[in-house]
Amino acid sequence: MRFSAPGVLFAILGGAALLAPFMTLAANRIVAGDAVPIWSVVPPGQTALGLAAVLLGLALGVPAGRAGLRMVGPLIGLAGLLWLVIQGAPALLDGAGDYARVSPAAGFWCLLVIFALLMADAITALKPGPYQRALLLAAAVAALAAVLGSGVLSPLSVLQEFSARRDAFASEATRHLWLAFGSLGMAGIIGFPLGVLGHRKPALRGAILPVLSFLQTIPSLAMFGLMIPLLSWVGATVPGARSLGIAGIGFAPVFVALVLYSLLPVVGNTVAGLAATPAQALDAARGIGMTAGQRLWRVELPIGLPVILTGLRIVLVQNIGLAVIAGLIGGGGFGTFVFQGLNQTATDLILLGALPTVALALTAAIVMDILVDLTRRLPKETP
Amino acid sequence: MTAGNLLRLGLLGLLLALVLRPDWFTPLFTPLAPAGGPVIYARSSLLSLSLSHLGLVALASVAATLVAVTLAIFVTRPVGASFLPLSRTITNIGQTFPPVAVLALAVPALGFGSGPTLVALFLYGLLPIFENAITALSTLPPATMEAARGMGLNRWQRLWRVELPLALPVILTGIRLSVVIALGTATIGSTVAARTLGEVIIAGLLTNNTAYVLQGGLIVGLFAVLIYDAMAQLERYLAARMGG
Repeated sequence: MRFSAPGVLFAILGGAALLAPFMTLAANRIVAGDAVPIWSVVPPGQTALGLAAVLLGLALGVPAGRAGLRMVGPLIGLAGLLWLVIQGAPALLDGAGDYARVSPAAGFWCLLVIFALLMADAITALKPGPYQRALLLAAAVAALAAVLGSGVLSPLSVLQEFSARRDAFASEATRHLWLAFGSLGMAGIIGFPLGVLGHRKPALRGAILPVLSFLQTIPSLAMFGLMIPLLSWVGATVPGARSLGIAGIGFAPVFVALVLYSLLPVVGNTVAGLAATPAQALDAARGIGMTAGQRLWRVELPIGLPVILTGLRIVLVQNIGLAVIAGLIGGGGFGTFVFQGLNQTATDLILLGALPTVALALTAAIVMDILVDLTRRLPKETP
Repeated sequence: MTAGNLLRLGLLGLLLALVLRPDWFTPLFTPLAPAGGPVIYARSSLLSLSLSHLGLVALASVAATLVAVTLAIFVTRPVGASFLPLSRTITNIGQTFPPVAVLALAVPALGFGSGPTLVALFLYGLLPIFENAITALSTLPPATMEAARGMGLNRWQRLWRVELPLALPVILTGIRLSVVIALGTATIGSTVAARTLGEVIIAGLLTNNTAYVLQGGLIVGLFAVLIYDAMAQLERYLAARMGG
């Protein structure tokens, strides 16, 4: 039997993670908790099953070349982890006091990352097409929604924070999505025509792109900071600006900063995408009597679409992350929870802001990758 | 002197003045400060904050470069080849993690202070360097590699004298990306009690003092732009030397 080197490495790391604290039990939401090892979260009889599943999951990654086994292994391991947490949380909370909080600890997170990576590695090895990846993503999201929706994890501390802030969470999530997608849309409206112009006029391109790339190097907090005096001046002097919600703090400075950051990928990739059309194709288009506008819409744009979409992928992932900083200047979004949590040293509140942001960024990246692949296949399939 | 160099010199002068002689700017910032409030940040010296900020970034970037290039060399050798697909997956997934989230998640694990900021900067900084080093080392021109083998260079000699020098410009691009991200993330690091220039901006935000916000923002922004530009110049110089 051949061994898969990464599988062996993960099995060793996973073995080490089993020795780390698996969960913590704290007297309330602020104090540091006591570590609980994996074998004592629940009575030994129940631990055995979950532990066995985790070990089996790690072991199945070891043999090389069995793509099917490599998919099944992490699934069994994840099920084992989930089972241990579902059994463990109520058992630990039992008799621990009204304010007691139980949360997953380092060992759990390490094992979760290891299984996620084993799974990602197995999926990459199978080289799934765009539709299969969309199916896998839908299955993963549905599984996550089912687990969270069923309430089996609700004793966990993060979800306690969530249930205390259900309404705030919904409104901050909406705000976060508005910031990320709204700035993407605005950057598209401004950046796409700029990219088309830049493609036609090299002098303009030479003037715009360096300016945009310098804008991108300015650290986000500094950029948001610089927007504050600028926009409060605009709000105070331009008539009607304030009634549109333009002011120094809140939504407006974040939105403008995000749009500025987004322009480089949009304009740069539009220029690069439009330049990807082979000269012969353009000659042929000219030969059959297409106007400049027709050439753009029917030839250059379809061929350049994957590159342009790649630019939008960069923007979306970047903006979902940067929108977190809006929480610092009253702009809302998941960052509100992150920075509140940092101020109160409440770990679970930090997680309540950070975990959805990471999940959102990952989902957006996968969806955009699928779209890029689909548009890349298009020219082959259409006659 | 070209216009570009004149602009660089002007920006550098402005940056030095902002850091070393902040009092010169009092008349400029006074209208932005709350009436009667402090205009120039004086809770700690801007120079020491700048040095601490740049020190964090430099330390994290040097460590990230060493580790990332070593790992990239390992996975592009025959012995580590089985890790190559996995490392591509990790860099792809890792780079979708927002830097702020990495910083925030480092706090529960490591507590407050410069420590978690350093770890977050290091971890996030690994990815662009690793990705570029893998790309550079696995797309070297085959004819050159063949010639190096033909000359009788052994593996180590090929690595040191041919592969790494050829890969250097692309690796440097990765380092530049990583440094720019680190400068920005370090700024946010002051929310987890790391001593960086973000402190000035945050203090301004908390006390509604736009003068502080603008000072901090200008200093951090100028540092980032000038460092980015210097590294880009270095890459251009090295690439020209390789090609010429």
